[in-house]
Amino acid sequence: MEKFDKVHGVAAPMPLINIDTDMIIPKVHLKTIKRSGLGVVLFDEMRYHDHGGENEEFVLNKPAYRNTEILVAGDNFGCGSSREHAPWAIKDFGIKVVISTSFADIFFNNCFKNGILPIVVEEEHHAVLMDDAHKGENARMTVHLEDQQITTSDGIVIEFDIDPHRKHCLIHGLDDIGLTMEKDHHIDKFEDHASQARPWV
Amino acid sequence: MSPKTLYDKIWDSHVAHEADDGTCLLYIDRHLVHEVTSPQAFEGLRMAGRPVRAPEKTIAVPDHNVPTTPDRVNGIENPESRIQVEALDKNAKDFGIHYYPVHDVRQGIVHIVGPEQGWTLPGMTVVCGDSHTATHGAFGALAHGIGTSEVEHVLATQTLIQKKSKNMKVEVTGKLQPGVTAKDITLAVIGETGTAGGTGYVIEYCGEAIRDLSMEGRMTVCNMAIEGGARAGLIAPDETTFEYVKGRPHAPKGAQWEAALNWWKTLFTDEDAHFDKVITLRGEDIAPVVTWGTSPEDVLPITATVPSPDDFEGGKVEAARRSIEYMGLTAGQKLSDVEIDTVFIGSCTNGRIEDLRAAAEILKGKKVKEGLRAMIVPGSGLVRAQAEEEGLAEIFKEAGFEWRLAGCSMCLAMNPDQLQPGERCAATSNRNFEGRQGRGGRTHLLSPAMAAAAAITGRLTDVRELM
Repeated sequence: MEKFDKVHGVAAPMPLINIDTDMIIPKVHLKTIKRSGLGVVLFDEMRYHDHGGENEEFVLNKPAYRNTEILVAGDNFGCGSSREHAPWAIKDFGIKVVISTSFADIFFNNCFKNGILPIVVEEEHHAVLMDDAHKGENARMTVHLEDQQITTSDGIVIEFDIDPHRKHCLIHGLDDIGLTMEKDHHIDKFEDHASQARPWV
Repeated sequence: MSPKTLYDKIWDSHVAHEADDGTCLLYIDRHLVHEVTSPQAFEGLRMAGRPVRAPEKTIAVPDHNVPTTPDRVNGIENPESRIQVEALDKNAKDFGIHYYPVHDVRQGIVHIVGPEQGWTLPGMTVVCGDSHTATHGAFGALAHGIGTSEVEHVLATQTLIQKKSKNMKVEVTGKLQPGVTAKDITLAVIGETGTAGGTGYVIEYCGEAIRDLSMEGRMTVCNMAIEGGARAGLIAPDETTFEYVKGRPHAPKGAQWEAALNWWKTLFTDEDAHFDKVITLRGEDIAPVVTWGTSPEDVLPITATVPSPDDFEGGKVEAARRSIEYMGLTAGQKLSDVEIDTVFIGSCTNGRIEDLRAAAEILKGKKVKEGLRAMIVPGSGLVRAQAEEEGLAEIFKEAGFEWRLAGCSMCLAMNPDQLQPGERCAATSNRNFEGRQGRGGRTHLLSPAMAAAAAITGRLTDVRELM
């Protein structure tokens, strides 16, 4: 996995709450057997008209936000289906950070597996970041993972929390499966024990 | 020893390794697989030259893409859907995992097949690349959805990297009123907690109204725990559970059954165990409900009216405005005046035999309103066979319902069963998100009995008027 360091880029505002994974990527696009190439259908039903053609009103279609790297979204972002196609599409579009007041559990996990940093902030900080994101392409935010800081275009610094293990894996681009396989002997031991204790499993 | 919740007990018995920071390797007893969220995971294994660590604990079945019309014996027409199902055929064979292909009578929705075949047992950890894995919590199994990277992780290591969630108790006291079902309970709970109310928690459902439910009803309740944001839902196993499990093809037999039963009987929350959050609902207060908006938390009794965005606060004002517009409704409109175009009975939420019985009871001797499209999609080939044996299929067909083959069908628009833009559906499934049942489609979630009532009158209807 690609190493995550620092992002300095355009932040787009999506204040709507409860943005679900069906909105992020509708199921017609889940019929792929690949992980790549889904950026073009990110937010498909909001981004394009029923008859095709871009919806100019949609934030990521506005000239200022075409190169968005940071998304500032409403509460409970990523609820619904477990589809990892949602973070795949976000990553493929070029978004590396999503900021909200809360995320749905499975989506939150899926982000880390794909080198995306989801950041949970308090409501008052969220309001500051949302305002900043509304300023368009000249207002660039900086997200520094090592220091756990977001800096707005006005220089306001907001600190954030992150699980230390997840931070370590993102910064070093570590692959979970490889790490777990190093603990293989623990799994063997558990299986030996469980096959005695619960042989019917 | 300090008192433990049911969740604590299952968790503690499955930790293979715990790091200093509390990050655990949780051992997985059952891994269910379907065709949509697994191809990239199997591809990952192939690229790394890794086998499936425990193929005997891994079960696959195609369900999302599978057409439900009889002509599916001729193959799947949509090339992308066909490729996904063929990929699962190949992956199941190459990696030696248990498999129920499309033409097998046991094929169906993965969350219906697992319990039906006795793969899901109390006290297990169960995962699947599908958020409705929460269903299996009805057995007192810790069951939750995972993403594709985690599917690959479980295939390779039979474990998941996890941190423990918090404990939440949802108690539903007393008895349900006539016409009120497990679906109404689970929707009413989400109406109470909101879709993010369970985030960070594992919910244990308890109380007399939950105890009184059949296994089918309990699966309906746990199925939608994810819609309340919870990682999983749980119900402590009891005689109802053991009765359901006994004799299933993959349930333990003989001395192993006795040993299993002894352990299963220890799977309950100890007195005085700590819950971080408690919600209590009175069973008597729950009415037959429907959703009016595009989030499962948008729940109201059928006797209510469509709300106004001004009834809400904060971000919900804009969300409600958007929902009402998308749904083509007007604030103040009576929900029972909302006319529908389609009725869909099925899905992992309500595609089991008891759901079909409830619908048949309302539909017996009645006709579907003229011009309305109505379909019943059994959750598995075995549910379908049983419904035919019990004479339910005849009732449905005589009423004017299409009687389909098993699959996810119109719950999500990945197969030919879809809504057209603006089409309004009374659905027994689990999500009313924008476009969930087809681009521009409008979904009202309700129970099978309520869906049957709506099919007869052509509008959202209080089932109690037809009882």
